[in-house]
Amino acid sequence: MSIEVKNIVKTFDNFKALDDVSVKVQTGELIALLGPSGSGKTTLLRIIAGSETADSGDILFHGEETGDKKTKDRNVGFVFQHYALFRHMTVFDNIAFGLRVAPKRIRLSEDKIKTRVNELLHLVQLNWVGTRFPSQLSGGQRQRIALARALAIEPKVLLLDEPFGSLDAQVRKELRQWLRRFHDDLHITSLFVTHDQEEALEVADRVVVLNKGKVEQIGTPEEVYHKPASVFVLNFLGNVNLFHGRVIDGKPYLGNTPAGLSQGANLNNKFVNLYVRPHQFDVDRQPQGYNCIKAVIKYLNLAGSSVKIDLISETGNPLQVEITQQEFGRLALVKGEEVFVSPKDITFCEYEI
Amino acid sequence: MVFARKESPNVRRLLIGGALLYLTLFIFLPLFIVFTCALQKGIVFYFSSLKDVDTIAAIQLTLITALIAVPLNLIFGVAASWAIAKFDFRGKNFLLTLIDLPLSVSPVISGLIFVLLFGLQGVFGPWLRDHGWRIIFAPAAIIIATIFVTFPMVARELIPVMKAQGNDEEEAAITLGASGWKTFWYVTLPNIKWGLLYGVILCNARAMGEFGAVSVVSGHVRGLTNTLPLQIEILYNEYNFTAAFAAASLLAFLALLTLVIKCLVEFRFRDELKAVGKQGIH
Repeated sequence: MSIEVKNIVKTFDNFKALDDVSVKVQTGELIALLGPSGSGKTTLLRIIAGSETADSGDILFHGEETGDKKTKDRNVGFVFQHYALFRHMTVFDNIAFGLRVAPKRIRLSEDKIKTRVNELLHLVQLNWVGTRFPSQLSGGQRQRIALARALAIEPKVLLLDEPFGSLDAQVRKELRQWLRRFHDDLHITSLFVTHDQEEALEVADRVVVLNKGKVEQIGTPEEVYHKPASVFVLNFLGNVNLFHGRVIDGKPYLGNTPAGLSQGANLNNKFVNLYVRPHQFDVDRQPQGYNCIKAVIKYLNLAGSSVKIDLISETGNPLQVEITQQEFGRLALVKGEEVFVSPKDITFCEYEI
Repeated sequence: MVFARKESPNVRRLLIGGALLYLTLFIFLPLFIVFTCALQKGIVFYFSSLKDVDTIAAIQLTLITALIAVPLNLIFGVAASWAIAKFDFRGKNFLLTLIDLPLSVSPVISGLIFVLLFGLQGVFGPWLRDHGWRIIFAPAAIIIATIFVTFPMVARELIPVMKAQGNDEEEAAITLGASGWKTFWYVTLPNIKWGLLYGVILCNARAMGEFGAVSVVSGHVRGLTNTLPLQIEILYNEYNFTAAFAAASLLAFLALLTLVIKCLVEFRFRDELKAVGKQGIH
C-alpha cells in the first residue's frame, strides 16, 4: 500500500515540528526518515500512525484520505525504539495480543492464533522464546519480538521509530542487515526513523532528509550522498572539507586554478564555497596538476578499510582526507610530513552572496 | 553496577544495629504492649469486652466506612493518576497539590471543613435540615470525612509507577487494534496492579484507623456514630484500659493481617514480580 503525506504542518506550543512536509512512499518501498533530533522525523511517523494529529495537511493510504481515522483502524504496524513490549506477558502473549483484541466477528480461533504466533516466532528466528518474559531477552531479541508483534495483525504499513536506537553497535549492524533482507522477503511498505546516516544509506531504498521540520531532500542513498541538494544534507551525510573559490569564465576556481568542475555557472567573478569529501583527494609528495594544497600531516588513522589523514594546510585550515590502504602503502606517509593534496572532484558548490 | 563496599564491618554493624534498635523502640515494643495489655485480664475477658454492643457497633461502622471509602478512592485514584501521569494539561500541578491536601492539613481541620459545609450553621445546613437529612453527627459524615482523608493514598502510590512506565505500552496496544477499554484492562491495569495493591492497603489502613477528622464530625453517639478508634478513646477515658486495649489490638491485628496478605501475594507472584521489575524504567 502506498502512503502519501501532503503539506503536513504540526506545531507544538510555539515550536514548528513540521512545516509543509510532503512525502510519497510507493507500495513495497523501504524509506528512511533521516534527520538530527528535533527535525520532526518522529512526529511525522507518529502522524502517519495516528498517534498525533497534524494541524493541517492530508494523509493518504493507497490514495484514500486517512487523516481522520483512528490509530486502531489504520492497520499499521508500529515498532518502538524502546520495544514497548508488554512486560507482564510472555513473548507468546505479546505477539498474540493484536489477534486476541480483534473484534469478535473477525477474531481467529485460539488454535489459529497459536499457529500464527508460532509462524511469526519462526519468521523472526526466535521460536524457542515463546514462554519467556521480555525482560529475559536481549535488546536485539526484544526488538525482533516487537517486530513480530507488529506483523501479527498483518499491517499494510510498517512504521519503525529508531528501531535500532537502543542497541549496541554490533547488534545494530546485524539487525539492520537482517531488516533489509526481511523487507526484501515480505515487501511491506515500510518507513523507519533514524538519526544515523550510515543506517539510512545502508538499509533504505530511498532516504528523506529532514531538518527543522522541512524536507531537505528525497532520493536514493546514492543521490543524497553524491548529489546533495543542500549544504545541510552534504554535512549531515558525512565529513566534508570547505574551500573558498571564485568563478572565472563560468568555471569555479580553487586558488589560481580551475576546479575541474562541470558544476560551474555563468556568474563571473563570483565567490563560491566548494565542498569536497575526504575520499575525493589525491595525495602526493610532489605537486600534481592544478589545485594543489600544501599541507602537513597531523594525524594518521590506519584502523579501517581506508586510511584517514588529518592535515593542516599552508593557510592554517584543517583538512580531512581519506586514501586507500594500497595508496597509503605505496606512499608510506608519516606523521609530520609535508604533502600536496588536490581535489579530484567537488561534491557541492554554493555561490556566496 | 556493583561497587566494592568500602565501609568497615563495624560501620555496617552500627547501621544495622541502629535501625533495629529504632524499630524495636518505636514499633515492636508498642505493639507488644498493646497485645499484653489487651490480654492482661485473660482471654475470656478479652473476648467478652469485644462482645460489648457498642464495640460491635463501632466495628460494624468502621467496616462499612472502609467498604465504601476504599472502592471509591480506588476508582478516583486510578482516574487521577492516569490523568496526571499520561496527559499534559493546564492545571496539572494544581491537581497534584489538591491531591496532597488531605495529607498536609491536620485531620481536625478536614473534619471542621465538613462541619462548616453540612452542619446546622453551615453552608448546606438549612437546606439539608429542610429536607430532613442529617449528615453531621451521623454515619454519613464519618464516611465523607474518611473518603476525604484517604483519597490521596491510592493516587500517590500510582502516580510514580505510571509516570515511570510511560505511554509506550498503551500506544503499542492501540496500534495493535485494542480499544481504550481493552488497553486499560489488559495492559495498564496489570502493569499497575502492585502499586494499586499497596495503595489499597494503605488506604484501608487509614480508613479504619482515622481518628481526628472522624472525631470532629461524629458527635460520639455510642453505638451509632462511633468508629473503632473513637470507641477505643471512650473506653480509655473511662479507665476501662483492658477493654480499650482489646479494641486497639483488633485494629493492630487488622493492620498485621493486611501486611501478611501483602507478603503472601508477593511470595505467590515472585516470578512475575521479578520479570516485571527487571524491565522497570527504561
